[in-house]
Amino acid sequence: MAKRHGRKENKFAKPGNMKKTLRKLLSYVGKYKVLLTLVVIFLMINTICTVLGAYMLKPIVNDYIIPGDFSGLARMMAALIVIYVVGAMCSFAYSRIMVHISQKTVYAIRRDLFEHMQSLPIPYFDKHTHGELMSRYTNDIDTVSEMINNSIGTLISNALTFIGVLGMMFYLSWQLTLITVAMLGVMVLVVRKIGKHSRIYFAKQQKAIGEVNGYIEEMIEGQKVIKVFNHERKTKEEFYQKNEAYRKSATAAQAFAGATMPVLGNLAHVNYAITCCVGGLLAIAGGFDIGTLVVFLQSNRQVSQPINIISQQVNTILASVAGAERVFEVMEETPEADQGKVVLVNTVEKEDGTWMETDRHTDHWAWKKPDGALVPLMGDVRFDHVVFGYNDEKMILHGISLFAKPGQKIAFVGSTGAGKTTITNLINRLYEIQSGTITYDGIDIREIEKASLRRSLGVVLQDTHLFTGTIADNIRYSNLEATDEEVIAAAKLANADSFIRHLPQGYHTMLSGDGENLSQGQRQLLAIARAAVANPPVLILDEATSSIDTRTEKLIEKGMDRLMGGRTVFVIAHRLSTVRNSRAIMVLEQGEIIERGDHEDLIAQGGRYYQLYTGQAELA
Amino acid sequence: MIQKLWPYLRSYRKWFVLGIGCAALEAIFELLIPLVMAEIVDVGIQTGDGVYTVQMGAVMVVLALTSLALGIGAAYFSSVTGQGFGANLRAAEYDHIQEFSFSNIERFSTASLITRLTSDVNAVQMTVMMGMRLLVRTPVMLISALILAMMISRRLSQIFLVVIPVLVIAIAVILIFAGPVFRKVQEKTDQLNLVVQENLTAIRVVKAFVREDYEKEKFAKRNEDLWKTAESAYGKVVIGMPLMMLLIYGATIAILWFGGQMVHTGTLEVGLLTTFITYVTQVMISLMMVCMMLMMLTRSVACAKRVIEVLDEVPDISDSQCSRDLQVKDGSIRFEHVYFKYHADSEEWNLEDINLDIKAGQTVGIIGSTGSAKTSLVQMIPRLYEANQGTVFVGGEDVRSYSMEHLRDSCAMVLQNNTLFSGTIRENLCWGREDATDEEIQHACRIACVDEFIDRMEKGYDTDLGQGGINVSGGQKQRLCIARAILKQPKVLILDDSTSAVDMATDAKIRQAFATELKDTTKIMIAQRIASVCDADQIIVMDDGRISAVGTHEELLATNEIYRDVYTSQQKGGCIDG
Repeated sequence: MAKRHGRKENKFAKPGNMKKTLRKLLSYVGKYKVLLTLVVIFLMINTICTVLGAYMLKPIVNDYIIPGDFSGLARMMAALIVIYVVGAMCSFAYSRIMVHISQKTVYAIRRDLFEHMQSLPIPYFDKHTHGELMSRYTNDIDTVSEMINNSIGTLISNALTFIGVLGMMFYLSWQLTLITVAMLGVMVLVVRKIGKHSRIYFAKQQKAIGEVNGYIEEMIEGQKVIKVFNHERKTKEEFYQKNEAYRKSATAAQAFAGATMPVLGNLAHVNYAITCCVGGLLAIAGGFDIGTLVVFLQSNRQVSQPINIISQQVNTILASVAGAERVFEVMEETPEADQGKVVLVNTVEKEDGTWMETDRHTDHWAWKKPDGALVPLMGDVRFDHVVFGYNDEKMILHGISLFAKPGQKIAFVGSTGAGKTTITNLINRLYEIQSGTITYDGIDIREIEKASLRRSLGVVLQDTHLFTGTIADNIRYSNLEATDEEVIAAAKLANADSFIRHLPQGYHTMLSGDGENLSQGQRQLLAIARAAVANPPVLILDEATSSIDTRTEKLIEKGMDRLMGGRTVFVIAHRLSTVRNSRAIMVLEQGEIIERGDHEDLIAQGGRYYQLYTGQAELA
Repeated sequence: MIQKLWPYLRSYRKWFVLGIGCAALEAIFELLIPLVMAEIVDVGIQTGDGVYTVQMGAVMVVLALTSLALGIGAAYFSSVTGQGFGANLRAAEYDHIQEFSFSNIERFSTASLITRLTSDVNAVQMTVMMGMRLLVRTPVMLISALILAMMISRRLSQIFLVVIPVLVIAIAVILIFAGPVFRKVQEKTDQLNLVVQENLTAIRVVKAFVREDYEKEKFAKRNEDLWKTAESAYGKVVIGMPLMMLLIYGATIAILWFGGQMVHTGTLEVGLLTTFITYVTQVMISLMMVCMMLMMLTRSVACAKRVIEVLDEVPDISDSQCSRDLQVKDGSIRFEHVYFKYHADSEEWNLEDINLDIKAGQTVGIIGSTGSAKTSLVQMIPRLYEANQGTVFVGGEDVRSYSMEHLRDSCAMVLQNNTLFSGTIRENLCWGREDATDEEIQHACRIACVDEFIDRMEKGYDTDLGQGGINVSGGQKQRLCIARAILKQPKVLILDDSTSAVDMATDAKIRQAFATELKDTTKIMIAQRIASVCDADQIIVMDDGRISAVGTHEELLATNEIYRDVYTSQQKGGCIDG
């Protein structure tokens, strides 16, 4: 369902702010001023060669072939060869340079896009689907590369050819040229007319294709349900309807698109015929010689070619400017706010018992304030009247206050949407709160540098995500400096060691596709090991054992206890057995803490927790 | 491949022929025009015959306009054919997928099936459409231009003997060279996309562990790789165009030189010399088009292959052994020495020697840890998978003797991964039975405790669910899926962990309703919670593909260690979801 949005956007949409996008594009391409100047020079030489090559035909026919001056003809031939070779060389040179510019430019755009994306806040990723963002890298950047690579060169060279050839035609005969210009005007009008119709049908086609693809996606994803319910016949009928609608609109759209070329080509022929007639009559009337007419007719063919090509390129260019615009839109998003000045540093104990900062990796950490003061990292987290909503209209958390003292285990219980995960997301500042304060060892988290803040927190998220790479790489993700021994120790702690050793290559087994070759439970074990390797003072476990069956959960209980020992831990769990031994359990409902206390307190209260515990209420 | 695809084109063969005809005629017309032009120059102008010149000019305009009409015709007919062919192919593929068994679907994976139905078919249909024009036009142009050139001057045409082989070799070299180079570019692109894809899905992990810089580095490496590969690939390919131009120019010079001599000796007219140059250019451009077509074709051939793979896939399970009108008599189920594995070549059985006897109307619970093959076991009943050895009996008959439609109508199953479709609640419920009356719907909803929350919804049964049922919670979704299955009035009702998000009280209520309202229906429930199955007539304990024990709650507590383990692990702390 989420994937859907990416597909909806209209590929043929015109860019909204052409000027701005082009300026931005220019700032990338503009770095290659020298090369671009060379390209224009080569293009011009190439065009001059093309025009000159065509112009030479006249003297060759008139002055050498007809009188039979073969030594002169040989000289002219030699000149032609030089012109053609120079033209071809220039053509190669500018193409080759354009390849460099275009590849280097898309390289830079891709790099900037990715780097900027890494700085964007999580809410941005909530609002935009993966499919949508992926298509920035695939479709959109591809069209930009295509444009710089082909369209720009083609456009410039055709425009130059057009101007050059037209100029020469004027030189040869301005009367005949007027006819040509009038015909070209007609051609442009016709192209615009066709374009207007074709755009309407293309829009229809895009809508229909979106519907067909959406239907296919939904049904194929639910294919097993279709089988179980004998729904095959019904879905086929529905599919036929959508398929037929798509066929009809696409037929019209493609027919219009396909007609453009032959219409333009043949109008050029009509133009040619008229020029022939008028030119022929003028020649008879003695207006000018046959040689001139031959060259003029040759040029006449050449002059309509650029119009043909340019009209084709315009659509490509519009599409790619629209693509570039979408890419730049992402780059204009405001990155995560990070004004924090307090950083996390390693410390060592001096002989006099005080602590001092060190570059070495020690097990002792401290917050270093901008004035240089060191505050030892304890893991004391407090919420003071925190109000938060994913958007300003609807608040999710209403004045949450709570505290976790160093080493305490705090649990959150409540139904889906009550705000459990939200609270943990606020601690590592994935989202910004609307009001209230969150402090960490007495420091407002907004004053802590984000990277430092997050480094001090270990998280196991609700959905486990793994990366392509070996199992060891994945465990090491949280602490790139971890030794093999540390990785194995962490895996043992999470009870993942035994299954890893059963895999064909053990810790070196390659994972791909988000670890699709592992079961959900095994992936969660790896995520726990990953958090363990980081060895953080504060641990957040968000449904960390939800896919692990109760028997296995019992097996890892000891490891989990060891992992949680001596740390501040926030636990979210569906299973009350997991949270029972917490120092404090918060029962959340609709963004408010409605009950708090330890297990015995809450059971004694006989409230919501008691109902959940005895199975009288629903958690979903 | 053409043989495989032709049937989908057949219903449009009239349009196909028309399209090709138009394209061919259009090409011929386009070639006649330079001939007429030569006529004007050589006869009309040389002799000073004004009337003839205008006559020939008029002929040219007529030819051009006819060619224009033919061009529009070719565009229209090829569009009709191409889109029609695409629609046929897509429908055939969709139909065929409907015949797929679960294992067929898994073999391709859902994502891959979607690509094969969407972008792959589109690519093939595009090729047919464009190909119809180019594939006809180009050879026609090529051959007629050759013939016409030879008609003008056989001697001068000898130039082709040199030019064409050189051109063909040049094209071949570029093609052979470009193939692997571009495959490499594609590989690098895929690698880059993989990094982005993973980064996007795991962005929270990246942020949580402050690995932005690490990811940037990873991306930078791939990006640089791609840039270097692409630059060297395109950098080499761009030599093609100037090379072609040089060849064309070379031919022009040669024609001028030799043709000029022929004009001088009077064996060739001036006008024909320029016409001849036009034809030579035409021939060479056609050859270049052929080369581009070949490149396009190699890409869509890969797409066509992927589509054909789907069409060629033989459905694992078919109605071949069934007797059409055999109905399921009752809900009794029997497994006799059933063995099953998902992949024919895997060594271990997923289900091993399963023997079961379930009487009609019984309630059966299935318990076992993740991966113990509980789901596999129940999926054998509606024949979603086929036993490799042994037999499954439903209603006293081998499941293979029923038509799939009758069997699955009688055995309703609520899958673990529930899917609701876009549309209203009523539309979704009616998947169970299209002609269900309001009373029947309400009855089913009462049993599944859907009525508890549906009244709270503003539009009741007409509430729009949105795609994938996003407007209801997990527990509500599960209850809707149960109601949908009950509506089928099945003889066997299978619930695969279908109440995991439902609270215990509601769960108990649903079970209670099952016992009183669905007396004659055999109910099979996979559950994580002991509480969900403890009052069943029999409980099956699965362990690693085998049945560890079968018995009632009390019997199993006394005799089965696994059952006892699960029981005690859930006692402590009261499990609320499982």
